[in-house]
Amino acid sequence: MDITFDQVSYVYQPGSPFEHRALQDISFSIQSGSFVAIIGHTGSGKSTLLQHLNGLMQPTSGRVSVGPYDMEAGKKNKRLRELREKVGVVFQYPEHQLFEETVSKDIAFGPENFGVEEQEIQTRITEAVRATGLSEELLERSPFDLSGGQMRRVAISGVLAMNPEVLVLDEPTAGLDPSGQREIMDMFHNLHKEKQLTTVLVTHSMEDALKYADHIIILNNGEMYREGTPLEIFKQKEALEAVQLDVPEVIEFLAKVEEKMNIRLPYEGQSVAELAKDLARMVKGGRDLE
Amino acid sequence: MNNSMIIGQYVPAESVIHKMDPRSKIAIIFFFVLIVFFANSVMSYGLLTVFGVTAAASSKVPLRFIMKGLTPVWFLIIFTFLLHLIVTKEGDVLYNLLGWKIYEEGVVQGAAISLRFFLLILVTSLLTLTTTPIEITDAIEELLGPLKKIRFPVHELALMMSISLRFIPTLMQETEKISKAQASRGVDFRTGSFKDRLKAIVPLLVPLFVSAFKRAEELAMAMEARGYRGGEGRTKLRELKVGKVDFMIYALFLLVVIGLFLTRS
Ligand SMILES: Nc1ncnc2c1ncn2[C@@H]1O[C@H](COP(=O)(O)OP(=O)(O)OP(=O)(O)O)[C@@H](O)[C@H]1O
Ligand SMILES: [Mg+2]
Repeated sequence: MDITFDQVSYVYQPGSPFEHRALQDISFSIQSGSFVAIIGHTGSGKSTLLQHLNGLMQPTSGRVSVGPYDMEAGKKNKRLRELREKVGVVFQYPEHQLFEETVSKDIAFGPENFGVEEQEIQTRITEAVRATGLSEELLERSPFDLSGGQMRRVAISGVLAMNPEVLVLDEPTAGLDPSGQREIMDMFHNLHKEKQLTTVLVTHSMEDALKYADHIIILNNGEMYREGTPLEIFKQKEALEAVQLDVPEVIEFLAKVEEKMNIRLPYEGQSVAELAKDLARMVKGGRDLE
Repeated sequence: MNNSMIIGQYVPAESVIHKMDPRSKIAIIFFFVLIVFFANSVMSYGLLTVFGVTAAASSKVPLRFIMKGLTPVWFLIIFTFLLHLIVTKEGDVLYNLLGWKIYEEGVVQGAAISLRFFLLILVTSLLTLTTTPIEITDAIEELLGPLKKIRFPVHELALMMSISLRFIPTLMQETEKISKAQASRGVDFRTGSFKDRLKAIVPLLVPLFVSAFKRAEELAMAMEARGYRGGEGRTKLRELKVGKVDFMIYALFLLVVIGLFLTRS
């Protein structure tokens, strides 16, 4: 589904001494089927922005549309339920939302609320658990007996079982071990391609933004700072540093190589190791490097 | 995020009332509540009203917040007034409304009692509006200090209060987070029958209790790890101090008390 923000502002606790303007005149659009990363320093308004995507928050001014659903300041949306079925949100530390007696019941909770049939729910549970890499033996266990990483996977399965068209992810891998992080992110990426989802990812990992996103939006102090493709964005080292963001290692490596050796090496998703090999080959191949 | 922001009604500002020692505030409010019941003439009521309203005005708390604190009691104030109008049958008849007589005494007493109510609520709500809950706890611990002699667990009580207060905003944030997460999974907390809504609370309460118990355990462990073993010999980070402002306000309050007893009829 296409997503459009039109001059969206959001103010927390308006009219009180704690009034806080968390979003300011945000406008952008996301095409259906794209993978967008939202990055920005802590407190820049990323989570606030995400919560507009399934109507948990309503803009203080401006307008958000997600497919056929509109959320406009001061107007009530009567189709929030439908919207929430289509937009699956994985919150930061989603394992805090587990509550059922068994893992399978917890995964079934979302689809049940949206009136999905029993048999269909069972299929979805199996699918979701397979996607997140949970063993089926865990299905009848209590979610509170699991390890942190397993709990995280259960919570993510619960969102996937809703079969959303838009996947909204708020730092879904924060606090996981490195290999777990990679597994989960790869899983989201595969799912994104396979089911042609529209994915919005908030992340503090520039590497992830570079690797998975085809569009990046940078927020700073609630304002839109930059947007563009990962390569366009990560070329602007100074601009990124001005808002306390880093350039991914690979890109920095490439930039240094290009500067020092005066050659062009196109970035095609290689890792630093792969680039080093390319480089070695070039050097051995006797290309003149001045 | 600043944690004091969501607690209770505290409204930060730079004012004389905010600067007062919380113990002074509690003591003065205590005595004010007592002397309100001694007022019995127009002058004495006037004096107390001036005191209450001046205190409210000098607190620099926006009127809106003061009024918000009073909303639940407006009903009570008006109800008391009407009750007196109807029940009291002394003095001259002031007005005869279709055979329903309104007596002078009724109006006077009704007004007096309602005014008393108003003043009590106004002054006590000033305490919570201008004092952080932590200051109130510290003040209570100090004021109850003498009870330690009879083995009353003053320190433990104050510790319990301050821990609970500390965790109110955390719990509120947690509640909001979890209810948003469950709303995203299709729970509707707002509509539906009473039974449906009751059922919608389970997915909210279970995670809340789980995290509250986990927090309690972690906190207890952290406190032990840092060598906490009760209040014996502990010093305080925030020392309460009675300053110039407090003495000035004591003096002012004393004048009001003297004035009250002079103007009583
Ligand atoms: N309930 C609230 N009341 C008042 N201000 C709030 C509230 N929630 C968030 N804020 C403020 O809004 C701003 C944006 O918050 P938000 O949670 O969107 O940031 P974020 O970009 O997600 O940060 P992080 O990377 O740390 O998750 C912050 O400055 C925060 O202090
Ligand atoms: Mg956030």
